[in-house]
Parts: sequence; C-alpha cells; structure tokens
Amino acid sequence: MSDDLDDLKAMMRAATPKPDADRKAADLALARKNFADLQEVWDDARQTSDRPKAGLVRGVTDMLTRMNTRGALTATTALVALGMVVVVPDWRNAPALRGAQPVVTEADDSLADAGVRREAPVPEAAEEMVLDVAPAEPAPEAEAPQPVPMPSPQVARPESGLAKQRQIAPQAMQSQALSDAEGYAGGVANTAPVGRIEQPGSDDAMALPEMESEAFPDAVPNALKITSEEPVSTFSIDVDTASYGVVRSSLRAGYLPPREAVRIEEMVNYFPYDYAAPEGNAPFQPTVSVTDTPWNPDTKLVHVAIQGETPPVEDRPPLNLVFLIDTSGSMQAANKLPLLKQSLALMLPQLTERDSVAIITYAGSAGQALAPTPATERETILGALDRLEAGGSTAGQAGLQQAYALAGEMSGDGEVSRVILATDGDFNVGISDPEALKDYIAEQRESGTYLSVMGFGRGNLDDATMQALAQNGNGQAAYIDTLSEAQKVMVDQVTGALYPIADDVKIQVEFNPAAVVEYRLIGYETRALRREDFNNDRVDAGDIGAGHQVTALYEITPVGSPAQMSDPLRYGEAEAVRGDAGELGYFKLRYKAPGEDESRLIEQAIVEGAEAGSEARFAAAIAGFGQLLRGETYLGDWGYAEAIALANGAKGEDPFGYRAEAVQLMRLAESLSR
Amino acid sequence: MTVSDETLAQAAADGDAAAFSTLVERHYDAVFRLAFRLTGARAEAEDLTQDVCAGLPAKLSGFRGASKFTTWLWRVVVNAAHDRRRRAATRAKYAEGWGDWEVDRRAAEAEVAEAVDWLTQAMRALPEDLRDTLALVLDDMNHAEAGEVLGISGGTVGWRISEAKKHLRAMRAREEDA
Repeated sequence: MSDDLDDLKAMMRAATPKPDADRKAADLALARKNFADLQEVWDDARQTSDRPKAGLVRGVTDMLTRMNTRGALTATTALVALGMVVVVPDWRNAPALRGAQPVVTEADDSLADAGVRREAPVPEAAEEMVLDVAPAEPAPEAEAPQPVPMPSPQVARPESGLAKQRQIAPQAMQSQALSDAEGYAGGVANTAPVGRIEQPGSDDAMALPEMESEAFPDAVPNALKITSEEPVSTFSIDVDTASYGVVRSSLRAGYLPPREAVRIEEMVNYFPYDYAAPEGNAPFQPTVSVTDTPWNPDTKLVHVAIQGETPPVEDRPPLNLVFLIDTSGSMQAANKLPLLKQSLALMLPQLTERDSVAIITYAGSAGQALAPTPATERETILGALDRLEAGGSTAGQAGLQQAYALAGEMSGDGEVSRVILATDGDFNVGISDPEALKDYIAEQRESGTYLSVMGFGRGNLDDATMQALAQNGNGQAAYIDTLSEAQKVMVDQVTGALYPIADDVKIQVEFNPAAVVEYRLIGYETRALRREDFNNDRVDAGDIGAGHQVTALYEITPVGSPAQMSDPLRYGEAEAVRGDAGELGYFKLRYKAPGEDESRLIEQAIVEGAEAGSEARFAAAIAGFGQLLRGETYLGDWGYAEAIALANGAKGEDPFGYRAEAVQLMRLAESLSR
Repeated sequence: MTVSDETLAQAAADGDAAAFSTLVERHYDAVFRLAFRLTGARAEAEDLTQDVCAGLPAKLSGFRGASKFTTWLWRVVVNAAHDRRRRAATRAKYAEGWGDWEVDRRAAEAEVAEAVDWLTQAMRALPEDLRDTLALVLDDMNHAEAGEVLGISGGTVGWRISEAKKHLRAMRAREEDA
C-alpha cells in the first residue's frame, strides 16, 4: 500500500506547478504591508513610548527560545570561520608577515599541516573575509600589509588562536546570521575618508524598496597597525550617539544588536564625562592620558578626551531652528510623532526670545506648519505641534529643500541656522537622486545652515541614511526611543547640538616607533581620514557643539611587550627613528572656528601618565562592551563580566543614571550572548 | 546557517518586520505547494496562498510556540482552504438562478478543470476531510504530523488515507470500465 502512496506522491509532485514569480512578489508585499499596518495598530493601542511590554517572563522565554538555536549556530559558524581562513590563496604580498604569529612550535594541531595559520595573517585575508560579509570598499589603510585582526593580542600559540576564533565566532556570526536572515539592507563599508563624504551605503539604503527595513552602515573594524610602517593615524571626530540608542533598544527587546549597528565611538561618546574644561580662548581642551588596557595587561590605552567649552547662554548667538518633521503614516506610532511633540515641548523653555522656531512638515507633500515664530511664543508653537497629523508617504527631498529655503530667509547676521530633521528614517519615497540630495545638503552646509537628524522608532529606521545626512550636514545624528532620551538629546545638550563651537575637527596622532610597536584605533571606522587630508582645509570633518565631549581610544603595544603580534623585520628598519622613547607619540588637532576657512592647530606630546581616573576607565569599559557586541577578537578572555565590573567601579557621580543603565545593558547582553 | 522558524516567528510576533519577512519568504513555496494539493487547481491555489499571506500577520500573534511553526502554518493553510470552500459554496447557492451566463461560465471552468491531470481531478472529487488529509500526507508529512495539523489522531489519519485510497481505486476502476 505504501508503494501506492509513493506513486501518488510522485504524481502529485509532477503535477504541482511552480508558483508564479509575480504573484509571489505581490503576495509577499501584501503580507509585509499587512504586518506593518498591524504594528501601527498595536503601537497606537499601546500608548507608551516603550518597546512592546514583553514583561519579565516573556522576555526570559524569548531569551531561552533564542538561546536554543545557539548550539546549532556554534557548530556551523566555527566551520564558516575556518572556511574563511582557508579560502585565501595569495600570500605573496606579505613576506614580512608570514611569521607574524609569535611562536610556531606546536605541530599537534591538525590544521597546522594544512598551512592554515600561515595563510591567515595576510591582508587579503582580511579583505576577503570582509567581502564575504558585505560589499565593502577596501580601506585605504589596507593597502599596506598588516596582520590580520583575527587572533587576539595575548595569543601565544596559533592553535589557541584558532580555539579563540571558535569561541568568538559564534557571537560575531550570530549577529551576522541574524542580520542576514532578517534581511537587513545596506551594509556597505565606509572606511573611505570622510573627506568627500563617501557615505555608508547610503545609496543602497536610500534606494531600498518601501518596506519595513532597517539599514546600518557596515564597516571593517580598524586593523592593528605597525608603527614603523604606518606611524600616523588620522580621523575626524564624531559626536553622534545614535548607535547607542539602537543597541539599547535591541537589547531591551531581547536580542543582540546586529554587528554593524554597533559603532563603538558613538557608544563611548554617548556618556557625559567629567573632563577638564577649556581655559583661555580655545574652544576646547584636549586631554591625552595613557592607562592600562583592561583586557590586556601587556598593552596600554591612549585616552584622548576633548571637552568643548560651554559659553554662557546669554553670550550665544541667536538660533534659527527649522524643524523638518516627517508626518508620514509610519510616524503615527506612539513612540514617534507623539514622542517628538513631547520632546519639542521640553526643549522650548531652553530657548530665548531672540531665537525663532519654524516647522515644516513633509509627508505626501511638503508644507509649512508654522511660520518663523519667536521661541517665547510657546502657545503658538505648541498649538502648531498639536495640529500635526501623520498621514501619507514620505517625500523627504521636497521637505528638506523647503526647510533650507526657510532657514535661509530667517538667517540674520551672526545668527546660527539649523534644520532639525525628525524622522523614522523612512526617506525612501520621493528621492529621485540620493547623490544629488547629499550634494544639496553639503552645499547648504557651506552656506552656514547645519542639519541634525533625530531618529524615532524602530522598524524602518534607516540608520545609514540618517548618518549620511547628518555627516554631510555637519550635524549630530541621535536616536530617540524614550522621553528620557529626548530629554538628554534635546534639553541637556540643547546648546551643544544647536550651537557649533568648532567646525571640521580632525585628529592626527603620530606614534613613536621607538616606544610603540603597534597601535589600533578603537571605533571611528566610518570616520577615517587620509593622512594628507589632515592639513587640507578643504576636506570636511565632524563638528563640535557647545559643551560636547569627544573621546577616542587607542590600544598601543609598547616596545618589548609580549603582546606584540608582528615580528621585527629581519633586515631592520630602513630609516633610523628620531626622538627618545619617553614620548609615546604626538597628538595634533585641527579645527576651524565657525565660519572661518583656515584651520587652527593644537598639539601636544603623549607621555605615560598617572593612574586611570574613573572617566577613562568607564570609557574603556564601554569601548570593551562595544567590541564584545561586535564580536571583535582583541579582547581575549575578557568578557561581559569584566566589562560590568569595570563599569561598575567607574560609575562616578552619574547624576542622570546613564552609566547605571549601561551596566544593565551589559548584563542583558551577557545573558543574551550565552 | 539560518535562524529557526520558531525564533523568527517569536520575533515577528513581537513586531520584528524583518523576521516576519524572512519567515514568509522562506515558506511561500511550501504554502503554495500545499495550497495546490488542497485545491487541485493553480488559480485556486494562488488565491488561497494570497489569502494566507494577507491573513498571516494577524494570525501570527496566535502562534504560541507550542508546536512546530510549520505545523501551525499548515493548520492556517488548511483552515483558509475550508474558509474558501465555504465561501464558494455560498456563492454557488446564490449563483443558482443567475441564468445562462453564469451556467456558461461554470461550464468553461469545468473544462479547465478537466485539463488538470487525473490525480488532482480525483482529489477534487474526494470528500473534504479525506482530501485535506491526503494533501498533507502527499506533502511528505507523516501521519502523526498530519494529525497534529488537523487536530486528529495519527490513527485517524491512517484510516482516512486508506479510505481515500479506496475512493481513488474505485474511481479509477469506474474510468477503466467506462
């Protein structure tokens, strides 16, 4: 009888037609649309700005369900990790690095015979791996041979290096697998110089079909540099904080954030630090200190802290603010438009009668919702806000043009104009030419009108586009998910976000090969600049607002440290090094006063300093946290437990509870990553 | 490596649009295949698949993770097929008395149906419960799984399958006699 059934099955299989491709596409689109509509309904019903109330029990159940898949992931990802190492055929270009692994004595590892570890430390390997993950542009720095960033600094033996990969891979790959599976779009590396801002996959991101999607710029983690080969590191400062908001919202929803959503510098810069205030006329004060690396006893951390001055409120020039508000249908959710209205209401008391506010809305078409109004006419402004209704699709470009035009009209002598774009990132409809849009924003920046971007809600938050717009517009990109976050962004930092004190701030650090063999910039992948661009005033870079703080961290390997990953050259250095080993390096910073074309220079030597203060330690803990989330391999055995202990011990005063919240998130990430 | 259906379904139920999208794309072809087995005609299978896609977002919140996601999904498809048949029956009742135009249209549809091969025709002639059961089992499901989808025991599935086969054999015998 069962033969009968098999015959029937075979017949049925033969008779079954293939689904029609057009029908399929239409059906899938319909399903997505209904799903999106349903989310809006639920969000409306919820009436809070929080994520879905998963509740503790539900959250834990979610976690358990997710963790069950982890075993399976581990097995496959380990294979994938090995596979990626073996793939690379070309190791001609890195003769110096062939022996880059410290001690190659153990031959008991079965992989040793396959030559795996010899082929691994080739620059191409790094690129190949990256290319597998995302369509990346090779970093400019990658042209010089470098050790591959896979094995951790403490790795003494290659086999333990491989073991480490196996341990670390699941985490990295987990997020990769998730993001693949979830169809995150975007994902183009942006190690290109910020100069002519080659924005992170914004083209792809903007060209996304109109559906629920989140896009994040992808970037290769900065590789370890050998000081004698490439002593100079150049980058633009970054005051964005959006990445931390995305990380927080992911972890609270019970899953690890996609790897490419984690930008370490933005996480570190999210927190207020108690840095030394600038003295005299300088708009800011750089402080460079050297401390121990928490995750590696054999390396040091160079901690670059920049504190912007906070001019007294009465001294600041009048502000012209044009709020460009996305009122498309997707903004209807409680954590979007209503939250935005509340945030604006919070901000108004910070402004004076010299400041003026206007509102442009855009949805199906762009329109002026509020003519320029003195900021003290609170009732008028709030009334206009209350009349905002969501509806229609998004025509961002028309809105942006209108907002800039209005800002231009409002701008008087010595006044600061800024367009503040509030959107859920759904900037897909109505853009005929994304490239032209970016050019347009850059052009407006030249004319003195800045652009800040505030992201609301998750679901179709297009992080890459937000980043691109804000960076081209010399502004800050922030992600607002709760009212307390709105408080932080709009009120606590209102002067900073709205009033620039220095433009085009670039940092260049030259390390002394006599004191430092290797170094690595943690984060700032999307902000790398070419060495020669540092002195080129035409090359754009990030800006600092009043009271802003910027932190950058380098991990350096002192000469003679066992943590050194590269072998010294057999035939010695080509040129002798000048300078004594007392200086670790030299720090240079260029900035332009707002409105000026010529940059000014601040410089100082980097010397080993005193014990790390709680501010530097907390920044290090967050940098470690970010690297754990990204699944980077430099941390060795240092994990979430150590990050939590470090951050807990360095909370300082923490008047707003930001640091305590970070520790909570670390705990969440720890349980999710198990 | 892919994320399990259950994880995706849970994420989708929590509002994760990307997870939902992945899930639907992953199972679309299988849903269509089952729809074809249940309806025996391409056009109807397409409509049924569309119904399932359109209704899935709302139904997903009812997925409790108690069974495998696919088991749950097949149940949704089978129920949607029942709904369609019920609606078709209602329409047929109202169509009586619509006159020659409707009769002609139905005749034309019947001709199309004839073109479909013997098995699908024969399946369309089966009683509904037998047809559903057979469709699931022909979709490479074992008796226990099919039973879980239909909410009946594996034994009942076995009995229905043998009934279905009896029907099919009888039909074939009639055709060969004719």
